[in-house]
Amino acid sequence: MHSPRFLGKPTYWLIVLATLAFAFAPLWHDNVELREELLLAAIYVILASNLNLMIGYAGYINFGNIVFFGLGGYFCVWLVSSHGWPLVAAALAGAAAVSVLALLFGLGILRLRGAYFALSTIGVNEGVKAFVANFTPWGGSTGIYLPIDAFAPLGGPATALWVIYFLLVAVMGLSLLLSFAIRNSKLGLGLLAIGQNEDAAAVLGVPTPRYKAFVYSVSAFLPAVAGALFFFKSAFIQPDDAFDLVFSTEAIVGVMLGGQGTVLGPALGAFVYEELRSTLLTAETFSNFQMVIAGALLLLIVLFVPGGLMGWIHRRWPRAKKVLE
Amino acid sequence: MSALLEVRGLGRRFGGLQAVDALSFAVGEGEILGLIGPNGAGKSTVFNLINGVHLPDSGSVIFRGEDITGEPPYRVARRGLARTHQIVQPLANMSVLENCVVGACFGRENLPLGRAEAVALEIAGFVGLIDRIGDPAGTLTIAGKKRLELARALSARPVLLLLDEVLAGLNPSEVERMIVVIRRIRERGVAILMIEHLMQAIMSLSDRIVVLNSGRKLAEGRPEQVANDPAVIEAYLGNPEDAAKLRGERPS
Repeated sequence: MHSPRFLGKPTYWLIVLATLAFAFAPLWHDNVELREELLLAAIYVILASNLNLMIGYAGYINFGNIVFFGLGGYFCVWLVSSHGWPLVAAALAGAAAVSVLALLFGLGILRLRGAYFALSTIGVNEGVKAFVANFTPWGGSTGIYLPIDAFAPLGGPATALWVIYFLLVAVMGLSLLLSFAIRNSKLGLGLLAIGQNEDAAAVLGVPTPRYKAFVYSVSAFLPAVAGALFFFKSAFIQPDDAFDLVFSTEAIVGVMLGGQGTVLGPALGAFVYEELRSTLLTAETFSNFQMVIAGALLLLIVLFVPGGLMGWIHRRWPRAKKVLE
Repeated sequence: MSALLEVRGLGRRFGGLQAVDALSFAVGEGEILGLIGPNGAGKSTVFNLINGVHLPDSGSVIFRGEDITGEPPYRVARRGLARTHQIVQPLANMSVLENCVVGACFGRENLPLGRAEAVALEIAGFVGLIDRIGDPAGTLTIAGKKRLELARALSARPVLLLLDEVLAGLNPSEVERMIVVIRRIRERGVAILMIEHLMQAIMSLSDRIVVLNSGRKLAEGRPEQVANDPAVIEAYLGNPEDAAKLRGERPS
């Protein structure tokens, strides 16, 4: 029997290594501070990597991808607090529901192209936010609090934080593997063709409507799981935090900084951006200074290095393409 | 000769312009049918109506005995009807090989990636692009991009190929090479419906020719019949010197 093709690919092993490094780094000396920092980095990586499926592969700019994260959080927190579901079941069920919703939204808005699609994704986020803010079962604009004993099934607050961290790292690893698998599949080839020239792709036989709707739905799933874990950890969710467009924008910066359309680029970009962001946040020069930097960074990338870090590496060392996808 | 493609009473209007009007013709198995006509006669629109880029207002398209009228382009491609574009549409940032793999993957045989790559390589060799397979498609010359259009369409292993001016914009030696490629495609048993302005080429390649004028069929027949048809000479060419060119003679 032949061993699967991906085992021979360095990119696959890099993903495994990075995931293990995330998992073990804070365990060393029981470093809780490092854990919290890496937890946030993992979330940025998850958002950027899944966003890249839309932006980098299919060529559809999605400004409102945070809606999946927020909805995932809401479904999970609601299932846990009102129906007593265990965390993992609630997170997965919530994410499945979000994926189905994304498919329905997608069938509608994916008829639009370019700037009109991008605008409609903001519309979806704002629409969902307004709906949730007025939806009483989910606490309206005040949101939902988890009961104090919500962490008890996970072994109390201290252990629960570690469990949530490991789950998020796993979701991060899965996000990267998903991106890797899609990039090396027929689906990925079809999506790249759509991203280059949608009409030509259709003439060549790529089933464009089906592929676009499918990837939009898939790109919703893992961010929704991440949202579930994140808001479960906060033990609190409200519309302004759940559907924050700033977070969406930052994920786009990560994708562009690392290199859209590559497997590892968006993750790398998101990690670098998050490190930069936490430095700027603690600098406290003025509030949200990181967004000023993010804006300037995005402008510079688009103008001078449209391929991002990975694009730059690939151009400089063409052979690296085989190693770092 | 049984009909592979049959177009029946096809019509399409764009605003005030009747681009295609009650047009009927058929392409037989293994046949090369030329579609000629002055600029704006509606030739490319006919292609777009056949492969589903535009919906016809009236009429129907029958391919291999099945009604495919109004089917989206990706389904038509899957049935084994491939086409090239008059204005080249390379997937510019993807490599020449990847462009062909897309054609092979999503074409008639619906191949998995590995086998699609083998087909794409073979076709790239066939059309003479083998030295460029790793280059981004956007870096090819216009002649190269025309070849790529053809290679992508062939990678789908079609039974019918629609060629939209693959010779336009090529220099004489490139035209010669392309004609050789087209002849070899037919030898493989692929039927071809081609639009071409280069009269000498289309007269020598085609088994039959359909002449289109203002969206309507003006004449149909073997190349020499069409070239000598008074209606064609009168309405479409206008002067005798062009008629001589149509017959492949050098104007005196």
